[in-house]
Amino acid sequence: MSGQLPPRLAEIVSDFAECEGREKLELLLDYARRFPPLPADFDAESDAEDVPECMTPVRMSARLVNGRLSFTFDVPAESPTVRGYAMVIMEGLNETTPEEILAIPAEFYLQMGLQDVLTAQRLNGMAAILAHVKRRAAEALEKAD
Amino acid sequence: MAEYAYPEFLVETEWVAQHLNDPAVRIVESNEDALLYDTGHIPGAVRVDWFTTLQHPVRRDFLTKEEFEALCSSLGISNDTTVVFYGDKSNWFAVYAFWLFEYYGHEKRKVMNGGRARWVAENRPLTTEVPSYPPTQYRAKEPNASIRAFRDDVMRHIQTGLPLVDVRSPKEYTGELIHMPGYPQEGAQRGGHIPGAVNIPWAQAVDEDGRFKSPEALRELYQSRGVTPDKDIIAYCRIGERSSHTWFVLKYLLGYPKVRNYDGSWTEWGNLVGAPIEKGEGGAA
Repeated sequence: MSGQLPPRLAEIVSDFAECEGREKLELLLDYARRFPPLPADFDAESDAEDVPECMTPVRMSARLVNGRLSFTFDVPAESPTVRGYAMVIMEGLNETTPEEILAIPAEFYLQMGLQDVLTAQRLNGMAAILAHVKRRAAEALEKAD
Repeated sequence: MAEYAYPEFLVETEWVAQHLNDPAVRIVESNEDALLYDTGHIPGAVRVDWFTTLQHPVRRDFLTKEEFEALCSSLGISNDTTVVFYGDKSNWFAVYAFWLFEYYGHEKRKVMNGGRARWVAENRPLTTEVPSYPPTQYRAKEPNASIRAFRDDVMRHIQTGLPLVDVRSPKEYTGELIHMPGYPQEGAQRGGHIPGAVNIPWAQAVDEDGRFKSPEALRELYQSRGVTPDKDIIAYCRIGERSSHTWFVLKYLLGYPKVRNYDGSWTEWGNLVGAPIEKGEGGAA
């Protein structure tokens, strides 16, 4: 399964998999802490998704350069868990092709083992972010055709 | 301005700031986000987590009485400690914890108005230092059934035409959304609402700054929809957390004598074989 992941994302997943218990949360917190400030030229792509009240509002901007996608996210500081997820995706999918992104298994993140320490419900944010990124990758492919 | 019905259950941030070192007070942070406490919290505050510390580890239920006693003991909470709850998202999960403490008979409970966001906005101190307190010998009471509704109670409520308040977002209420996009784990097989329920989204009870609205505004919000103090009321949402917020508003801010939280909520009702469901706007009181 990890063979289907872009190389940097595969590394991140295995780093998480190797951590035990609380360490996994510490690692996710590290990612959240490294979440960059919003770039001045952030292209507010709208709220893209219909964000219901009890979900963290996540805005995303995608950049396509030479057939490779990179992503920037806007996530409120009071949602470090979601910031951590967004950072994993931002770093793991930096300059990847739409094909690579579409090949990522929808539940790739289960290999990180966060469900053991966060409960399955809290992984929904990761699923939502991946779905969001995949839609953008599919659009990039359509435009290229 | 008229007062809230039971103002002693609500404190402002300034009160908390003045009681940071008060041994009779324990400040408890309860968030939706699992990592938020780790990024900084009110000095001396301990953490509870709505899922990993307040729920039963195996079956769908809250902690047992014994587990609740062990939790309180480990947090240095005695039976006579004043417990102040605060958290993210307009105190959504803080009130959930407050509800559970009432369920097991803890008497001195307060919610910090405006929650974590207001404390942060006022540039009050935060620390990443995790405190520890000497364990106590906490003794819980038997569960207070008068604040919790089960599905059979809800069924009787429908049959007798008593008010139900659905505090979810309008699209969840009409049935357009079965679950949050990308949130399949919290889904239900069917969309819609419990027949007769009125839709008053929980967040309508708070202002922009996360504080509760005035007593007048709250009274108007609920009474105009037929949710009046003379009736027996059940509130529900998706998993019972947003509705504990509305439960608090009705019971403590407006003084309604009979309000219960249906914690099974839509994730139970919308999966229950044979349960009656109403779709669309419906439920006009």
